[in-house]
Amino acid sequence: METRNAVVVGGNRTPFTKAGGKYAAASAQDLLTAAIDGLVARFGLAGAELGEVAAGAVLKHTRDFNLTRESVLGSALSPHTPACDLAQACGTGLEAVIYVSNKIRLGQVDTGIAGGADTASDAPIVITEKLRRALLRANTARNLPDRLKAFLAVRPADLVPVPPAVNEARTGLSMGESQAITTKEWDVTREAQDELALASHQNLARAWDSGFFDDLVTPYLGVTRDTILRSDTTLEKLARLRPVFGKGEGASMTAGNSTALSDGAAVVLVAEEETARANGWPALARIVDSQVAATDYVTGKEGLLMGGARAIPALLERNSMTLDDFDFIEIHEAFAATVLATIKGLEANGTGTVDRSKLNVNGSSLAAGHPFAATGGRIVASLAKMLADKGPGSKGLISICAAGGQAVTAIMEGC
Amino acid sequence: MASRSILETIYNTGPGRAVARRAGLSDPPRLKRGRTLIGPVVLAELDGGGIGASVLAELGISAEEALRDLPELRTKDEKGREAPPSYPTRPGSLVVDATGLRSIEQLEQLRQVLRPAMKSLERSGRIVLLATDASAVDGLEAHAVAQGIDGINRTVGKELRGGSTSNLVFVREGTTAADLASTVDFLLEGRSAFVSGQSWRVGPRKEGDATGTDYDRSCPFKGRIVVVTGSARGIGAAISRTFARDGATVVAVDIPAAGESLAEVANEVGGSALQLDITIPEAGNRIAAHVARVHGADAKIWAIVHNAGITRDKMLANMDEKRWAQVLDVNLAAEIRMNEILLDTSLPGGLAENSRIIGIASTSGVAGNKGQTNYAASKAGVMGLVWAESEALEHRPVTVNAVAPGFIETEMTGAIPFVSREIFRRTNSLGQGGQPVDVAETIAWLANPASGGVTGQVVRVCGQNLVGA
Repeated sequence: METRNAVVVGGNRTPFTKAGGKYAAASAQDLLTAAIDGLVARFGLAGAELGEVAAGAVLKHTRDFNLTRESVLGSALSPHTPACDLAQACGTGLEAVIYVSNKIRLGQVDTGIAGGADTASDAPIVITEKLRRALLRANTARNLPDRLKAFLAVRPADLVPVPPAVNEARTGLSMGESQAITTKEWDVTREAQDELALASHQNLARAWDSGFFDDLVTPYLGVTRDTILRSDTTLEKLARLRPVFGKGEGASMTAGNSTALSDGAAVVLVAEEETARANGWPALARIVDSQVAATDYVTGKEGLLMGGARAIPALLERNSMTLDDFDFIEIHEAFAATVLATIKGLEANGTGTVDRSKLNVNGSSLAAGHPFAATGGRIVASLAKMLADKGPGSKGLISICAAGGQAVTAIMEGC
Repeated sequence: MASRSILETIYNTGPGRAVARRAGLSDPPRLKRGRTLIGPVVLAELDGGGIGASVLAELGISAEEALRDLPELRTKDEKGREAPPSYPTRPGSLVVDATGLRSIEQLEQLRQVLRPAMKSLERSGRIVLLATDASAVDGLEAHAVAQGIDGINRTVGKELRGGSTSNLVFVREGTTAADLASTVDFLLEGRSAFVSGQSWRVGPRKEGDATGTDYDRSCPFKGRIVVVTGSARGIGAAISRTFARDGATVVAVDIPAAGESLAEVANEVGGSALQLDITIPEAGNRIAAHVARVHGADAKIWAIVHNAGITRDKMLANMDEKRWAQVLDVNLAAEIRMNEILLDTSLPGGLAENSRIIGIASTSGVAGNKGQTNYAASKAGVMGLVWAESEALEHRPVTVNAVAPGFIETEMTGAIPFVSREIFRRTNSLGQGGQPVDVAETIAWLANPASGGVTGQVVRVCGQNLVGA
């Protein structure tokens, strides 16, 4: 069988904003459509029929059951471009890239767009379980008295809408609370977390100032830069923040070293390598391989967000590589402590040491924000550009932790 | 759009308009626009002419002979006054071939053919005068006559009503009908709606400046790449749409902060978007790289339209160095830098060996404008650049031209206070502001593959504005 390579041609995202900010009125579909349209414009694809568009959202309304297809129909792409919704919590964006790449490598499609969108501003708000049951009973009741009876069990408190929570279903703990346990277990200090957060802001600010994002971001609704980015933040400012996750002595996770709820969308254009070259498109980087792993976090044996420490060794072994073989390492900053604990985990399980000078060199989620399903597209597009600049054969590693104890990882290689 | 003043709101109501009309502010004529021939066409071939008929034949336009106001042909009206002979049906356009006129006495022939047309042209009618350029005539009188014809042209533009225009083309030595055709085509169509009272020169095309075998007059830019800077909104967006209508693949360029509307324009016209600050030193390289990357490694730019421009108005007494430098850098210096880079024929994605460069000057550059020393410097500078660069490229089939817009209805001019705006928009021969598409059409004519004979020209799109005329 002939070898087909899937290459990243380019990417596009909206600037990311803090939830409740400038995108408060935009839906996930609006955001995803905007990201696709920006990509279409960048590569002159108006009216083009692509192999497939795969994307998703973590916080998803029921009305968005066909989010990606609807976004394609609202975009400048040909209406004949098919689409697919994918979901793997915060791994959604990267998993979508892997899905499209695999289809390309199997020869099922030649081109595709992959990514995701999320808006914590427009998160689905639902009714209480008691009210939902009452409504179901009332709906099936045959007469008025039965219908009224159905509502007898409903108490005023049940009428209050339920906002979405990013709590783990099985532990009842929020992401932050879960990470706080891991942070303590792995002995990650407050200072180390704040330093990582500071580096994220400084790196992202430098990337913006140098024009790195000029061909990676298209402004949306008047927002031209990531709004969470604080280019003037300092260790002193970060040190003054009160811990928000974890309890008592030793609580170290603050709003400064944890990602904020954010809104945004990111997509990448992936193509079969020869197709890309035939179109005159840049082949920035190949998607070489990927690995997903899951931790046993429910029993407390492993950390919820420590999946990377499981996935990376498996991925490296299959590709006969070590951490030292990479020019860039992108570990999604769900929390500064997640990155630091994952690095410690990789050291502890004998995988190796992460060279910090290669880590998230153009900033990551702490500074950029983390619209859940958009993070994969953001990282893949940025890394592909960095690898292309570095030159053929350069290598990049991505690790994105996700709810449910999972982590999605991938290797990319500069073309 | 800027918020409207109370006065403007009243002015735009039914009663308000009625009062304004009584006060002499009549509704301006509606101009015919687009790719429609303003016909029927009549031709006046004056002594020694001939190229006019050849051009019309080249364009496939059949023209009746124009009437002449000779004493024996005059009729009397009801009041017994002598009237010039009248056309049985109103002509749309009158083409006057005055290329053979050399003596003052011969100018009488112009009067003879113009008089019957003055009140009988169709709405949005056209008078197109062709004269031999002063560089191609001998003798003092002939030189004076050439300039004299422009005086006639400018006055006719002012006397015409109903949205009609008058323009003069000076024909250089050795110019063929094919060299002149795209210009006459432009003038006889709705595309030139807001160009009036102007004159410019057309000469023979340079060697290597060919339209090619696949050239289609109704879709002249098919298969050609046109770069438009500042294309996210206003005039730039209109330029992009006009080129796309005429078959071009548009590369829409604007600053990263304007990316959202830029993407909309690019997707609407089926082109590509490049977010770029044109003032960075390597801007030209970035444009070329984008062209080679998105439109194919062998792709070359057919035309670049340097539309990006800014204003930072202040009276000179209050002008600081920042406002001064910004305007000059964006409007003028960036253009010089980009041209230099893109003209390198070895650069992948650069300007083709045979290509077009178009700048945007301004009536502010022609005449100066209070509060705009920096802007006027940059826009007059664009004119200087056009003249110098077209000469520097004398031996390469590249034309360099500019348009100088007058009052155009855009978001920018919409911000001018109502009364001043109403004055600005009315102080021209057409009594109204121009539309962005009027500027775009003029640029598209200059960029036309058949317009190789037009270079080093600055053409005003101002409805014959009083300013600097």
